[in-house]
Amino acid sequence: MLFSLTRRDWLSRIFKVSVGTWGLGAGLSRAQDMSVLGRVQDMSDARLRNFDEMIAPYVVRQPVKQGGITLSLPMLADNGHLVPLSLKVDSPMTEESHVTHIYLISQRNPVPLMAMFVMGPWNGRAELSMRVRLSGTQMVVALARMSDGTFRYETQEVVVTEDACIDNG
Amino acid sequence: MQILLNPLVVLRLCLFGLLCLSTLVSAQQRLLPLDKVQSGLAFTGPEILDLQGDDFANPGLPYMDKGAKLWNQVSGKSDKSCHSCHGELKSMKGVATRYPAIDKASGKLFNLEDRIRNCRQNRQSAAEWPLESEELLAVSLYVTSASNGMPIKANIEGKAKSHFEAGQKIFTTRQGQMNLACTQCHDQRYGVKLYTDKLSQGQPNAYPAYRIEWQRLASLERRLRFCYTGVKAEIPAWGHEDMRDISLYLMWRAQGLKIEVPSVRK
Amino acid sequence: MSTARLQLPARIVEGDVFKLRLLVQHPMDSGFLRDLDGILIKRNVIRHLQCILNDKEVFRVEPTTGTAANPLFEFYLRATKSGELYFRWVDDKGYIGELRQKLVIEPANQSKAAKP
Repeated sequence: MLFSLTRRDWLSRIFKVSVGTWGLGAGLSRAQDMSVLGRVQDMSDARLRNFDEMIAPYVVRQPVKQGGITLSLPMLADNGHLVPLSLKVDSPMTEESHVTHIYLISQRNPVPLMAMFVMGPWNGRAELSMRVRLSGTQMVVALARMSDGTFRYETQEVVVTEDACIDNG
Repeated sequence: MQILLNPLVVLRLCLFGLLCLSTLVSAQQRLLPLDKVQSGLAFTGPEILDLQGDDFANPGLPYMDKGAKLWNQVSGKSDKSCHSCHGELKSMKGVATRYPAIDKASGKLFNLEDRIRNCRQNRQSAAEWPLESEELLAVSLYVTSASNGMPIKANIEGKAKSHFEAGQKIFTTRQGQMNLACTQCHDQRYGVKLYTDKLSQGQPNAYPAYRIEWQRLASLERRLRFCYTGVKAEIPAWGHEDMRDISLYLMWRAQGLKIEVPSVRK
Repeated sequence: MSTARLQLPARIVEGDVFKLRLLVQHPMDSGFLRDLDGILIKRNVIRHLQCILNDKEVFRVEPTTGTAANPLFEFYLRATKSGELYFRWVDDKGYIGELRQKLVIEPANQSKAAKP
């Protein structure tokens, strides 16, 4: 008696293998049709991203330091569809020392990167404002890459409220 | 004594009496006193106030630009634009303060969007703009903006009276799975919090509005349909008479409140 | 048709660092919402938006679905030479939106010294 598995065990194993293969295939094709930065993350584990996961795609081994950025979002957002955000990076914005990129990263959104800005000494000031979408209460990270290759960041927790009566129409 | 028996005098006295009576009845029907009437801005947070107050970056403003463009755009077999007949925007001053209004030709109650659609069809012989389409909303916003700062004054006499009464009935009747009447929240409990939302009075003075939840400009009709969703009632079809009747009642209820567009709402 | 509006200071003097505000009309459909008939609205967001001044890219933003609809971008530029500000954006559908505006910069020696 080589196999003491019941028919149920066999069916269950076959099912798991086939679903796994299908899932892998679906995941691969989905990844292909979206640009790198706009890729939707797997949220099935229902776990909020931690800080390291949020900055990992942009920071490989460079030093990351908190500070030097004034990030401002409302503490309580009326509606997640439009949340005003402004930030200012302390930088002289000269040829020798300036901000090259700014990444705005979300903890809870299906797509973690909300926007990426490219800047240079021609901007004079590393200061900007925009309007983001936040799918629920979460931490927002502003990550700035400096011309010397180092990174600075700042975070803010935003409580996002919604309409009492919700509809998508 | 003889002068009192003069038929003309009697007639005038009767008319005067009726007038007094009708105003008295109307005053009694005001569930929301006129001195308590407030715009939705009184119930919103600082971000919304900032967004609406921003002369440049108010998210409704691009629709104004579009409306201005469409106003001047020649359209349809008539080869006319709105401008051809109506001239500059200022000719529309006061229009939004008295809509919905009865259309003389059909006898129906028209809201501003209906009127614009009607004009396009009958005067311009142009392709139809569906209800809630961006073009229609843009022009409606543009026309409404001519009345910015002007007090609302709805006409509920004559043919409009039955529509007003129908609207009043809907507003004060419980409906939906939640069995709520509009008046229970918007006349009796405005200012009270529903989760984190502060209930407003449900005023119509700021429509078309840029509603953040829908991320685009929206008409009063769309907002009213959403109210039906809120109480879990069956939503009437687009263009339904009930929506216009409620709009007329709301405008009467909002008498004196100033038009403010483009507004931003949650 | 995606339109945009641009706000610049009334007067810009050479050497100033001035603020630009750009409001673009674009639905920035995330691909996660449904329309009034319950049908999923396909993703359509601006993939990148750039500002080109005198043949040089002076600002670039790559928004995603996390950027609000009808996006507003405010940023700064150092005033050096007059020219034409050319904004260009491309969305998922491949639609190209454009906005051009003349940039007039007054020479520094002609006016009173302005704060940087």
